Amino acid sequence: MSFVHEIDHGTPASKAAATVKLTIDGHEVTVSAGTSIMRAAVEAGIQVPKLCATDSIEAFGSCRLCLVEIEGRNGTPASCTTPVAPGMVVSTQTERLKQVRRGVMELYISDHPLDCLTCAANGDCELQDMAGAVGLREVRYGDQGENHLAQEKDDSNPYFTFDPSKCIVCSRCVRACEEVQGTFALTIQGRGFESKVSAGMAESFIASECVSCGACVQACPTATLIEKSVIEIGQPEHSVTTTCAYCGVGCSFKAEMRGEELVRMVPFKDGKANHGHSCVKGRFAWGYAHHRERVLKPMIREAIDQPWREVSWDEAIGRVASEFRRLQQAHGKRAIGGITSSRCTNEETYLVQKLVRGGFGNNNVDTCARVCHSPTGYGLKATFGTSAGTQDFDSVEQADIVLVIGANPTDAHPVFASRLKKRLRQGAKLIVIDPRRIDLVRTPHVEAAFHLALRPGTNAAILNALAHTIVTEGLVDEAFVRERCDLSTFEDWAAFVAEPRNSPETVGPLAGVPPETIRAAARLYASGGNGAIYYGLGVTEHSQGSTVVMAIANLAMATGNIGRPGVGVTPLRGQNNVQGSCDMGSFPHEFSGYRHVSDDGVRGTFEALWGRPLDAEPGLRIGNMLDAALDGSFKGLYVQGEDILQSDPDTHHVAEALAAMECVVVQDLFLNETAAYAHVFLPGSTFLEKDGTFTNAERRINRVRKVMTPKNGLADWEITLAIAGAMGFDMHYDHPSQVMDEIARTTPTFAGVSYELLDREGSVQWPCNERAPTGTPVMHADGFVRGKGCFIVTEYVPTDEKVGPRFPLLLTTGRILSQYNVGAQTRRTANIVWHDEDVLEIHPHDAEDRGVREGDWVRLDSRAGGTTLRARVTDRVAPGVVYTTFHHPGTQANVVTTDNSDWATNCPEYKVTAVQVAPSNGPSDWQRTYDAQALAHRRIAAAPAAE
Amino acid sequence: MEAAKLVRMANQIGQFFVSQRGADPSIAIADHLRKFWEPRMRAAIVAHLEAGGTGLEVPVREAVARLKAEASGPTA
Repeated sequence: MSFVHEIDHGTPASKAAATVKLTIDGHEVTVSAGTSIMRAAVEAGIQVPKLCATDSIEAFGSCRLCLVEIEGRNGTPASCTTPVAPGMVVSTQTERLKQVRRGVMELYISDHPLDCLTCAANGDCELQDMAGAVGLREVRYGDQGENHLAQEKDDSNPYFTFDPSKCIVCSRCVRACEEVQGTFALTIQGRGFESKVSAGMAESFIASECVSCGACVQACPTATLIEKSVIEIGQPEHSVTTTCAYCGVGCSFKAEMRGEELVRMVPFKDGKANHGHSCVKGRFAWGYAHHRERVLKPMIREAIDQPWREVSWDEAIGRVASEFRRLQQAHGKRAIGGITSSRCTNEETYLVQKLVRGGFGNNNVDTCARVCHSPTGYGLKATFGTSAGTQDFDSVEQADIVLVIGANPTDAHPVFASRLKKRLRQGAKLIVIDPRRIDLVRTPHVEAAFHLALRPGTNAAILNALAHTIVTEGLVDEAFVRERCDLSTFEDWAAFVAEPRNSPETVGPLAGVPPETIRAAARLYASGGNGAIYYGLGVTEHSQGSTVVMAIANLAMATGNIGRPGVGVTPLRGQNNVQGSCDMGSFPHEFSGYRHVSDDGVRGTFEALWGRPLDAEPGLRIGNMLDAALDGSFKGLYVQGEDILQSDPDTHHVAEALAAMECVVVQDLFLNETAAYAHVFLPGSTFLEKDGTFTNAERRINRVRKVMTPKNGLADWEITLAIAGAMGFDMHYDHPSQVMDEIARTTPTFAGVSYELLDREGSVQWPCNERAPTGTPVMHADGFVRGKGCFIVTEYVPTDEKVGPRFPLLLTTGRILSQYNVGAQTRRTANIVWHDEDVLEIHPHDAEDRGVREGDWVRLDSRAGGTTLRARVTDRVAPGVVYTTFHHPGTQANVVTTDNSDWATNCPEYKVTAVQVAPSNGPSDWQRTYDAQALAHRRIAAAPAAE
Repeated sequence: MEAAKLVRMANQIGQFFVSQRGADPSIAIADHLRKFWEPRMRAAIVAHLEAGGTGLEVPVREAVARLKAEASGPTA
């Protein structure tokens, strides 16, 4: 094992095509024009001493350590801020430079504690390294003068400390916060000797706007900003490159280890999705992996009102197999099913669907993408021909107009949001379509050109109105449409959107958006240059989710914004492997690669390989499984890595359905809410404990690498193999790489993928096959996957969920930066300090009407159910709209959401629920009962005393 | 499967395909049901049609009738 050492080139790479030849210390070097001398030197293998420079941020030229001499020029310019020039002759080490650098270092060290041996950064301190590099041997200034050594340490942040006594005021942290993260939470306060790094308005880090992304910690060359885990454990001794298990950005990290103990997660500079950046979740919130509530032994019980009993793996797996076989014998082969997880690897989801199709003998397999991005699969396949986003994340750097619809990237996809904000600061224009004033609408140095704060449920109407403007004002890219699209479908669509009922003047009043804003936004998107659309669950989680995905695709095609960098349609996937779980055949009607189960040829391939006849009929979706459980025809469920009781809508309905089943098997890290209704609990493994791959929102297949032994004894893929074996369906693999080999053999879009390729390339984006041996960053470049792009008429159909006198407000739900999905992981980390409960955002007018004040308990009721939570009075939401998150089981926001769903995919309509809000005295009786029941459901019987 | 829920879902599907130009919506609706509804769901909606089909919109009713005909097998 080794440590992954990344070379710091000092300054960012130049993207210029032209090259420049120069000589540095006698070596001829050729680099891109615009490259700094410092970077050119590194490329020639020469390290110029430096402190304020690092290649994730622009050169600053303040430390005066990286000075060089250039033939024919006076003085000693800073190599970080001086660009190369043709024929330049540079010396990085001369007698004069040595003396200047030594003097500079002496001044730095004169105001720095000399506690190197006990300093947490010992062995990983650039100041220490540079003192050595310049040959500093003495500090002549003594310790009597004025200094900063007694400055108080700020340890308010749960994950890192700020020790100003060790700060050299190089501004790397401040610049990283600005340039990389785009939060501008840090500044240099004061002038001259009084200069110091300050969070916010001289606040503590925890009280400031800091979002704990870790960019400042990573940029710090000393121990001033350092991870608490490093202080506690010490410096890591080896590292392994792997992939974050949180959102769909799919950031690459170095898991830095000491033995089998994880010391810290450091974003990997060569990670093609994140380029060395991170967010608070991926960077710091991994403590759940060793949380005390993690269950490590298999457990069974006869009935859900009994305590759990710890058993051996053999007994637990045997129980699963015997129960599932019993249920199939008694109720038919379609009486059981499985749910794959977007938190698990591609290999694991592939195996679960293989178990269901081959072992259970039916297609009752679904995935949590059902409740988030299933409409993306349907809508993009219908229009473009494939169920995936069209771009890579790098594409945003070439976007001129960015249209964000129903997504909140700064909270849900923060690392992508940082890249987006950087592009916006460079001048790209932003249009936001969202009922809520998300942070992107107005954040430091970023302001949306237009915010269409539409009424929840009117996405289709608004998009049709945008299209109306584009078509009727002659903004269609006719050449693109003529060459690349099906003209007859275009003509039908154009005629439809041109109808007066789709005009901004008609749609505006019903959607709550001024018509002139709709028109202006449409004009900007259609004529502002490269137009890129990014969307999220605010698009898909509606009764018209699939329709709106198609409407987005229509817009992109009509304006020619498909098939090249800077444009496209990108669904921002919620969980780490939503794309992958869909790709792997987790839907009940599709094999891997989105091929229908009724296709005899495709089914024959799998039948031949798996040695089993396979069902040609589509299986049950998650919601259908629950309905079938209540009618008595669905009896057993294997749930890998999902918590459907908390995440799926209409909690009462989910609970009743789970209670009606005879064998529920939950495989998870924790006794989650669903486990309250389980008969077998199989302890799962974390992403740190297994090998595999995740596929992110840009179709990028990234390696997940095992860095420690599974604490539960088995990786998740091994558990699925054990169940299959016990059911008489032998699936033998020694390593997940063999599963990927099978995926490649059976799935045309993955034909070229192997672990060997991933290890060599770092990552690849599918399609990866003979035609694209190293993957496909931008899809539909030479033609749509389906041939000609298909326009589809997207009639606006108002949701059945209506406001009225009893339920006059519309509830919409979402996520917050520090928490992830149902919170099973992040609630078990220090992230809880930022969000320890779900709150209800309510507009001041609606709050005043109801006598609700900030922080009050309020009751939130819908036709489906009610809960209580605290109110946050804010004009982020429009009058008539309320908003909450769903991260805490104590709130159970999904008690309130209904079973309305998307017409094509049954994706739940989380984003529109008619509700009423009223003052309350505290948690409801239901919540208190639920808490008591949840505790009872988690009882584990004491182990018998040893003889 | 609860008939009322299946009727609502089928009518939602119907609303989409009715809005498409040129094609017989009942064919597209039937195709959608065939591709995405599990056999017991299709059987339940067919049974509902046989019991009178209360609540089914006209094109949806026609689509379910197509499914019923398929289930009955080819006729002479």
